[in-house]
Amino acid sequence: MNIPVVEIKNLTKDFQVGFWKKHPVRALDNLNLQVYKGEIFGFLGPNGAGKSTTLKILMHLLHPTSGEARILGQSIDSVSMHKSIGYLPENPYFYDYLTPEELLTYVGRLFGISSSILAQKVETLLKRVGLDGSRKLQLRKFSKGMVQRIGIAQAIINDPEVVFLDEPMSGLDPLGRMEVRQIITSLKAQGVTVFFSSHILPDVEAICDRVAILNKGKLLQVGALEEILKVGIEGHEVILSKWSVPVLGELRETCSEVRLMGDRLHLKLRTPAQMELLFSLVSTHRLELISVNPIRPSLEEYFQSIVGVPPPAESRGQVAL
Amino acid sequence: MTRILAIARNTFRENIRDKILYNLILFALIIILSSLALGQLALGNEQKVLLDLGLFSISVIGMLISIFIGIGLVYKELEKRTVYALIAKPVHRYELILGKYLGLLFTLLVNLAIMTVGLELALLYAGRIGLGGYLRLLPAVYLVFLSLALVTALALLFSTFSTPALSALFSFFLWIAGHFGKDLQSFGEITKSASVKWICNILYYVIPNFSNFSVDSRNIIQDAAYYQPMNPYSIAGVTLYCILYCAVIISISAAIFMRRDFK
Repeated sequence: MNIPVVEIKNLTKDFQVGFWKKHPVRALDNLNLQVYKGEIFGFLGPNGAGKSTTLKILMHLLHPTSGEARILGQSIDSVSMHKSIGYLPENPYFYDYLTPEELLTYVGRLFGISSSILAQKVETLLKRVGLDGSRKLQLRKFSKGMVQRIGIAQAIINDPEVVFLDEPMSGLDPLGRMEVRQIITSLKAQGVTVFFSSHILPDVEAICDRVAILNKGKLLQVGALEEILKVGIEGHEVILSKWSVPVLGELRETCSEVRLMGDRLHLKLRTPAQMELLFSLVSTHRLELISVNPIRPSLEEYFQSIVGVPPPAESRGQVAL
Repeated sequence: MTRILAIARNTFRENIRDKILYNLILFALIIILSSLALGQLALGNEQKVLLDLGLFSISVIGMLISIFIGIGLVYKELEKRTVYALIAKPVHRYELILGKYLGLLFTLLVNLAIMTVGLELALLYAGRIGLGGYLRLLPAVYLVFLSLALVTALALLFSTFSTPALSALFSFFLWIAGHFGKDLQSFGEITKSASVKWICNILYYVIPNFSNFSVDSRNIIQDAAYYQPMNPYSIAGVTLYCILYCAVIISISAAIFMRRDFK
């Protein structure tokens, strides 16, 4: 049974701009969303879509203009509810005069963790995020990736039931992104619900159970990745081997596209009729069928089609090194 | 309470790792030591010069620490966005304000202790005031501490909604104006205009009254330093005034902070 741990109802946020703050700008428009226990939920959208605004409202950093939200069945105003959640802000910045050990101890005290347990917890967490060797180094000497890692450590020091991560992979190199992905999947394995915003689509595609797509403050889509992507299924890709030259002509007539890669043929078929003909050829000429896969748009292509803007370079996995 | 103390402890740690603090303390100690040399020029009045300059530098340097660190207490949290991770923890916003305030008060206490030890050592060097004399300095420093607690509360209030430059300006202006509280009241009494009288009265009660730290226009701090009898009732009165005033200012700061959006 799906137990909602995050429930957002008609959430709206207007920011007042201008010298006299008389002009409202709607950053979030009537958002309705549910995140279920134990899932990794991806919150997608281009810059300015309202992802961080949503997370900040959930974290009680912003007051909503209207609507309501509940986390673990409690109002977002509840301070006691914050004992069971973790949060990593976008581009996090922590007290740079502290060492990671001091920061985690400080955060642990805010959660009321007793000193004897805290020391052990800090030790374990530093190892988990790979900062064990830098425990005495002030945070001002940390690289962006290291700050992101200590940010994740401080977000999970209280063994939260739900973790909110705002752009956790932003600005990280491929190795750093892989490490963060591993941490997120290990959290899921522990039964932790992860709600994370991102515009790096390959990461979302790799680890999310469900995603929501947001643009200009409005929710465009929400659901499991397969559900969202199967809507736009474009046909099938079939891979064959043990083919012969005379068959190749017949295959070219049957399929929409035929490509030779090594000793294998990669075929694209758009219609069920093409599929039927192909399978009869396979049977007649005793071709070896390696695989049959549906051709779906990638999340990136889908995102682009519904949002209408090309995602930033970073979101296509092209990270400046 | 644990959370407030954790925030206070971190604020104290932040302050003692700030170079500006050491520069100011060093500056105060240099003034105290140089007053020893100046005292030599004032024949027979070495201790008076030493006390005047010593207490003045403790008071002014303390005020500078209160304002310059106080104005950044909240502003720096917002500017550097460290507040984001903090508010998401099980922390009430008023606890953050209170913790920050207590952290700076503790910093001031430690600084005053260092500067007082410096002044006591200078007095010891100047000689012949006896053990009682050294102890009599403590109530004077206590009153300086109270006035600084008030300045810190004001700086904290401004830092919840203003930029550091404006906060410093407002705090410094109120510190100056607060020393003329009694004069403002007297002016209100002698003026013929009813509206001016009304304004003077309002200002007298709203502006922090640093002249409350004086008794009969003689500075109570100097009374203490010059071994005049200390009136325990006036000290208790000033303490109560300070606590009440600070409580109001901190409550307003917390109310502003609780309404704020952190974009």
